[in-house]
Amino acid sequence: MVHSINERRVISVIVMNESSVLTRITALFAARGYNIESLTVAPIPNSEMSHITIATNGSAKLMEQITKQLHKLIPVYKVIEHEEMVEKEMVLAKFPIAENLADISVLSAAYNGGVVNVGKEMIIVMVADEPKRIKHFIEAAQRYNPCEIVRGGVVAIER
Amino acid sequence: MGQMSGAQMVCEAIIAEGVKTVFGYPGGAIMHVYDEIYKQNGFEHILNRHEQAAVHAADGYARATGEVGVAMVTSGPGFTNAVTGLATAYMDSIPLIVISGQVPLSLIGTDGFQEIDAVGISRPCTKHNFLVRSIEELPRVLKEAFYIARSGRPGPVLVDIPKDITVDIGEFIYPDSVNIPSYKPTYKGNKRQIEKAVEAIKKSKKPLLYIGGGAVLSGAYALIRELAKKTQIPVVETLMARGVMGADNPLLLGMLGMHGNYASNMAMSETDLVISLGARFDDRVTGKLSEFAKYADIIHVDIDAANIGKLVDVDYPIVGDVTEVLEAMLPQLDDVDTDRYEAWRNILKRYDELHPQSYVDSDEVIKPQWAIERVGELVGEDAIITSDVGQHQMWAAQHYPFDRPRQWINSGGLGTMGFGFPAALGAKRAFPDKTVINVTGDGSILMNMQELVTAAEYKIPVINLILNNHFLGMVRQWQTFFYEKRYSETDLSFQPNWKALAEACGGIGYDVTTKAEFDAALKDAIAQDKVCFMNVAVNRFEDVLPMVPAGGALFNMMLPQTTKGDA
Repeated sequence: MVHSINERRVISVIVMNESSVLTRITALFAARGYNIESLTVAPIPNSEMSHITIATNGSAKLMEQITKQLHKLIPVYKVIEHEEMVEKEMVLAKFPIAENLADISVLSAAYNGGVVNVGKEMIIVMVADEPKRIKHFIEAAQRYNPCEIVRGGVVAIER
Repeated sequence: MGQMSGAQMVCEAIIAEGVKTVFGYPGGAIMHVYDEIYKQNGFEHILNRHEQAAVHAADGYARATGEVGVAMVTSGPGFTNAVTGLATAYMDSIPLIVISGQVPLSLIGTDGFQEIDAVGISRPCTKHNFLVRSIEELPRVLKEAFYIARSGRPGPVLVDIPKDITVDIGEFIYPDSVNIPSYKPTYKGNKRQIEKAVEAIKKSKKPLLYIGGGAVLSGAYALIRELAKKTQIPVVETLMARGVMGADNPLLLGMLGMHGNYASNMAMSETDLVISLGARFDDRVTGKLSEFAKYADIIHVDIDAANIGKLVDVDYPIVGDVTEVLEAMLPQLDDVDTDRYEAWRNILKRYDELHPQSYVDSDEVIKPQWAIERVGELVGEDAIITSDVGQHQMWAAQHYPFDRPRQWINSGGLGTMGFGFPAALGAKRAFPDKTVINVTGDGSILMNMQELVTAAEYKIPVINLILNNHFLGMVRQWQTFFYEKRYSETDLSFQPNWKALAEACGGIGYDVTTKAEFDAALKDAIAQDKVCFMNVAVNRFEDVLPMVPAGGALFNMMLPQTTKGDA
């Protein structure tokens, strides 16, 4: 099969909350040579299920195959290949206290975030935005010499 | 049922599922279960002499009967030996339960003696697997395991049970039904899609029925024969579907693929409508994908949605069980015009006359193809034929007159050498009145020859027909064609004394070099109630033909020299 048009795609996988279910998902991606760009997982409130969000890339045909293979896993309840979605990623970033704090504060506010912690030597900000904008935030943050940036991975919800 | 130990629950579940024979091998972590097996009389246990053979035997039992096979092994090496068996069953969608012992819960993750991550290792080669975590969940897990193994697209399921759980006491209520919200197989095909497929059949001029192993698993053979008869559409079978149509059915062209016959492969290359029923477009069937069924629209009926569109683009996808889809489809084909396909049938008939499945026989040496045909003449539909993997397997698939599904048992997907003998034990245990013959080679048979002891002990008289060419024949054939005859590590000139080997283990041996000896040995072997090695010296350099070189287009076949002219 030719995977000609490699587009970024986000899928949500609703799974039964049981041991090793995440391994089944990631092992399937590994065994069949599918790519995982980011992966998040958390329980769905008031249910026995969890929501896994996977950002991946590939052609429409490959996505169809990924979706079907995921469906085959016994604990997989539902697979949603997102088209019309709201997609967000959260990022934590740590800067030296000597950097321009006003600039850093404005920057994080511009990406739906703000300062979440200030210590003796470090300031920590949190932002949450679309993956594309998160990329811009990380680029912009570089000039303030970030000590550490932790990305949370994408979560998505169908509109 | 009340309070009982986990080990008792395992036995009760096996009995409740109606399993009559369990194959296995005990060891430390599974000992409590074996203690309960000793005490019960609801099923028999066959002690194979290797865990791999135990799983293959349960697999052979499942393939012969259509029921779920059960094998039992201990933790660590017991389990790892079973992995090839699981993978073999997985690739061919065989319903199987393997119950493995595991170190106690408290030792899991400590590198305990005979500890191995069984669910981790078996994840890619099982339909599903369970590590049981408490006595409370054990009855439900056992029920779900059987349900998952036999429903939807069948497959093997591993149940890994820590030793302490087999001692724990709990309430045993075996569930009547299963409710897994995330697992609901689709059996009924989409009505609209079926209608569209019927329209396509009526409009086509060169339709072709392409039958796979799913047709056997679904029990759809009678419906498929009816479909072919009603529409007069020609049929090709995959390796896994041999027997679905019956050898003497005039609409059956034969087997297609790498070692398919000329007419079958040409039919697939020239058809304008492929009607795929329970087949999965395996690379050994399709050859070069871009040349495969190039002029055809494709109807693909498969219970596994992931098979549809995986390799070839499908015009009429129908997710569902072959039986249910055909039940819906057949009444809509009452008015089909069978004359419409007559020209097509005639073309294919000419192809078959031009290059029939053939070989050059000899009076000096036994030809392996002759041996297969002769077995067919002597036992035919009465026998169940299992096979190992290699040239002998292909000759059996090409030349044996299979009459019904489940008569032909082989490892098609994984291609597991050593499968045939233990699988034959399973089949023979399920059908003691049938003659069971394992068609094998001098390479494959040695991979599970310890089963001579099992067969002798339990008096399971299967016949191992060793087509002995003193070679790893299929690899040798590729070396001849593609490696300039450098026979790297395929010469098996050093041989055991087959007759003595069989006799040493409580069986019988025959050394056969002539056709007359062949008949006498086979007749004697059938009459005996002992396992046997029938060592048949066959032509050393015989090739399996036709052959489509790997990656080549189906219509580019190397043909036997008996046929008239080049393709």
